[in-house]
Amino acid sequence: MEPAAPVPREPVFVARGLVKTYRMGEIEVHALRGIDLDIYRGEFVVLLGPSGSGKSTLLNILGGLDRPTSGTARWREHDLAVADDAALTRYRREHVGFVFQFYNLIPSLTARENVALVTEMAGDAMPPAEALERVGLGDRLDHFPSQLSGGEQQRIAIARAIAKRPDVLLCDEPTGALDYETGKLVLEAIARINRDLGTTAVVITHNASIARIADRVMRLADGRIASVETNASRLTPSEIAW
Amino acid sequence: MLDRKLVRDLWAVKTQVITIALVVASGIGGFIASLSTYDSLKTLQARYYESGRFADVFVQLKRAPLATEQRLVEIPGVGEAETTLVFDVLVDLPEVVEPVIGRMIALPDGREPRMNRLTLTAGRWIHDPASNEVLVNEAFAKARRLGPGDSFVALLNGKREALSVAGVVLSPEYIFAGRSGFADEQSFGVFWMGRERLAGAFDMKGAYNRVSVRLAHGASEEGVIDALDRMLETYGSRGAHGRDEQFSHRALTQEINEQKVFGTVLPSIFLAVAVFLLNVVLTRQIATQRGQIAALKALGCPDFRIAAHYLKFVLVIVLLGIAIGIGIGAWLGRMMTQLYAGLFRFPSPDYTLQAWIVWTAAGAALAAAVAGALNALRAVARLAPAEAMRPPSPPVFRATLLERMGLGHVYSPRVRMVLRDMERRPLRVMLTTVGIACAVAILISGTWWRDAIDYLLDVDFRLREKQHVIVALVEPASSAVIYDLARLPGVLRVEAGRDTEVRLRNGHLNYRATLSGVTGGTEMRRVMGPAQRDVSVPESGLVLNARLAKRLGVRPGETVMIELLEGERTRTSLRVAGVVDELAEMRAYMNADALGRLLGQGDALSYARVRLDLSQRDAFLKQVKETPRIAAALELAPLIRNVRETSGRFILVFTGILSVFAGIIAVGVVYNNARIALAERLWELATLRVLGFTRGEVSGLLLAELAIELAIALPLGWTLGYWLSAGIVELIHAETFRIPMVIQPRTYAYATLVILGAAVVSAFVVRRRIDTMDLTGVLKTRD
Repeated sequence: MEPAAPVPREPVFVARGLVKTYRMGEIEVHALRGIDLDIYRGEFVVLLGPSGSGKSTLLNILGGLDRPTSGTARWREHDLAVADDAALTRYRREHVGFVFQFYNLIPSLTARENVALVTEMAGDAMPPAEALERVGLGDRLDHFPSQLSGGEQQRIAIARAIAKRPDVLLCDEPTGALDYETGKLVLEAIARINRDLGTTAVVITHNASIARIADRVMRLADGRIASVETNASRLTPSEIAW
Repeated sequence: MLDRKLVRDLWAVKTQVITIALVVASGIGGFIASLSTYDSLKTLQARYYESGRFADVFVQLKRAPLATEQRLVEIPGVGEAETTLVFDVLVDLPEVVEPVIGRMIALPDGREPRMNRLTLTAGRWIHDPASNEVLVNEAFAKARRLGPGDSFVALLNGKREALSVAGVVLSPEYIFAGRSGFADEQSFGVFWMGRERLAGAFDMKGAYNRVSVRLAHGASEEGVIDALDRMLETYGSRGAHGRDEQFSHRALTQEINEQKVFGTVLPSIFLAVAVFLLNVVLTRQIATQRGQIAALKALGCPDFRIAAHYLKFVLVIVLLGIAIGIGIGAWLGRMMTQLYAGLFRFPSPDYTLQAWIVWTAAGAALAAAVAGALNALRAVARLAPAEAMRPPSPPVFRATLLERMGLGHVYSPRVRMVLRDMERRPLRVMLTTVGIACAVAILISGTWWRDAIDYLLDVDFRLREKQHVIVALVEPASSAVIYDLARLPGVLRVEAGRDTEVRLRNGHLNYRATLSGVTGGTEMRRVMGPAQRDVSVPESGLVLNARLAKRLGVRPGETVMIELLEGERTRTSLRVAGVVDELAEMRAYMNADALGRLLGQGDALSYARVRLDLSQRDAFLKQVKETPRIAAALELAPLIRNVRETSGRFILVFTGILSVFAGIIAVGVVYNNARIALAERLWELATLRVLGFTRGEVSGLLLAELAIELAIALPLGWTLGYWLSAGIVELIHAETFRIPMVIQPRTYAYATLVILGAAVVSAFVVRRRIDTMDLTGVLKTRD
């Protein structure tokens, strides 16, 4: 395991001139209007911006859920802009861990099974119990989602995302549905994974306070990157408040 | 405004609306088709019996002088009586090798018959009653391509006479023309000729051998039959009987009743399935619109209006189904009536669709639909606005039964997902499974008939009847006839026997049947018991067909009274020695010598079974046609061929119709369940896709449930199909033959393939939905 700092300057995500327009009913939405970015290996990046600024669209393209209308998006040697559905599925399966605002757990599976669902199809996965241990849920292995709190459910989602040892962890508003204390627990889990496993993490939030725990903060506005800040020193989630 | 919402809601789930409407339509269509065919045939029958003045009571006798005619009319209860002459003769058609049986009936000279009136469909009436002109029944004329102006040879009282066809006719007495229980239009023709000419040929001037009676209003049939029997006994009466023993009437009535059974049993299943589907779809519709329902309630819309709104949702689907069903039903009914018109000959066989049938169908469908929707509607009314505003509480799952039994480790999380999901909704899984099983059962119950007929013809009949030709003799003869027949070309073996008509009585129960004399050492006619084992007929006593014994209410060891219907009309009582369960016969058997003694004719024989060197068949038949002592010759092979052809036509149509209907049920059940499962789990399935599951894997999860349901439904459907078929057979209650419950693997295979086909089509549609699923869109909203 590598230490988190100094940040290695090996770009894993490279995007140039990313444009995404889509139709919502009869309205044409310009979600991304030309994005250039590089994200480096092991980096913790926070995407900040108001709703409608294009954060989720960008994350979806980086995660292989969506394709840009024009421009290039690469993850290492993978061209995400032109890959077909099967290639994108394989990319998500092998390299990406997702965490969503609403956890997206399978209600009919226990915590352990939700994780096992993913580890079953990965090559070099950690045992589900270990992944759950990492997010502090070692004692909740056989609980169903309906028996767990929101924060616990979100931590299962994180365990599920990291159990297959993904190269990148993409989190879309992971604390959006959680209260303050629980949100902190979740952020700590993400930060620890990033630090301990060296997993590149990209986290979307509209909460500026959270930005302090990242290596870099990209602010999006109106489909463009408005600014990029590098935090000289990262805070741990326990040190921040909002 | 709610109505506009209704239209849009319906449009949004249009495929489901259509599939359910089609299930309703199949039920309504089947009901209307069968019942309107039943009703049309019944009306045609009644109308034709009235216009053709079909007789109520019939007597066949040896010979009675015309002078006795007046006494017939004087019998209390007799409205009208008419006498005529009837003879079965051998007919030699040009360019037809085999002889054909012709029934010659005398027409009154110079007037129309008072009963059993004919309807001319081609040609003209006979002008000169002394001429060699005949009228021929339409079924035979069509089967043998006979028309006005054609001529042929008939053996009238041993003399070959050239007859010419003047016209083609229909008769209420021969709506169904056949001699055996089978539809065989080719080997049996009915001819009418001038009485003078026929009486001359058979030396029956001033005499008659057949009486038809129409009862006076309110008269007792039984009383008239008794009086006729008493009066005509001395003239060699073979016993008077009512319409129930009249061949054409019995066959037609049997078929009409079958339609009624089909028309009520099968459509009920369709309606039950439709009710289930409506319930599932409505429940889902209400679940997705919880928020809207809450908003409407919060805005002050009364519960009953909201409930009425969802009731309308159901009613529109059902009404659509009814509308389509009426169309289908009327079309199928017309087609089936026309098909029947080829087998049962009526003048102007019009199809009528009575309003009451349509109203009954529509009423039943609407009532069923409302009953099915009631539960869901009550839930709508009960929903509190505040509760409805919140999303439904997350589903609670638990370990499946197998896991709780400690078997959880044997399968993967994916399998657990499927099983737990199914276990959480046991009712829907069960109803889906039963729904599919019903479709399988309907298919089997509609297609196994050909198995039964094949079994009847190929196994039962062929095992029993080993001759090539049965030759009936004009008069009972001594055993010398065997040697005469053996000399005919190509004859390998001859076995002669004795059949006679008897009336069997046990108390007030009686039945007219054929009594066959059986000699030891016969090879060509077996009397078979269960498992096709031979049953030996003892020296004394009777062996009865099982259905005959049941009808007479006798068991082995008990006695029945038998009354011979020829000669001295001897009566004697005999012990029932055994019972045989023969399919297509209603016979009684006894030792041939004992029968001979009873008849007082020693070894007199009435028929012979002949095995042939088939290369000499034509030569043999040619000789038969010129042998005056032979009244008829019936070949087995063409009989079987004709029966198969006729029944094949019907089975093809019924199988076709039921396959389409069952396919509709299968698609309706499978598609709607898969669509709803997809809608309910869209969010979950999209999550799996995001996590890197391929389209195939995700579809697999959804379709695994369908596969499990199919795996249970198919064997269940096979069993259900067997019992449904057996139930229909029981309800049809055929009297003269027993339909063998033989269902071949091919029928099960066919039903299975149709259902699998429907499942594949549904699965394909669902798979396409999964392929086009918008992943990012699904993730943005919580279900």
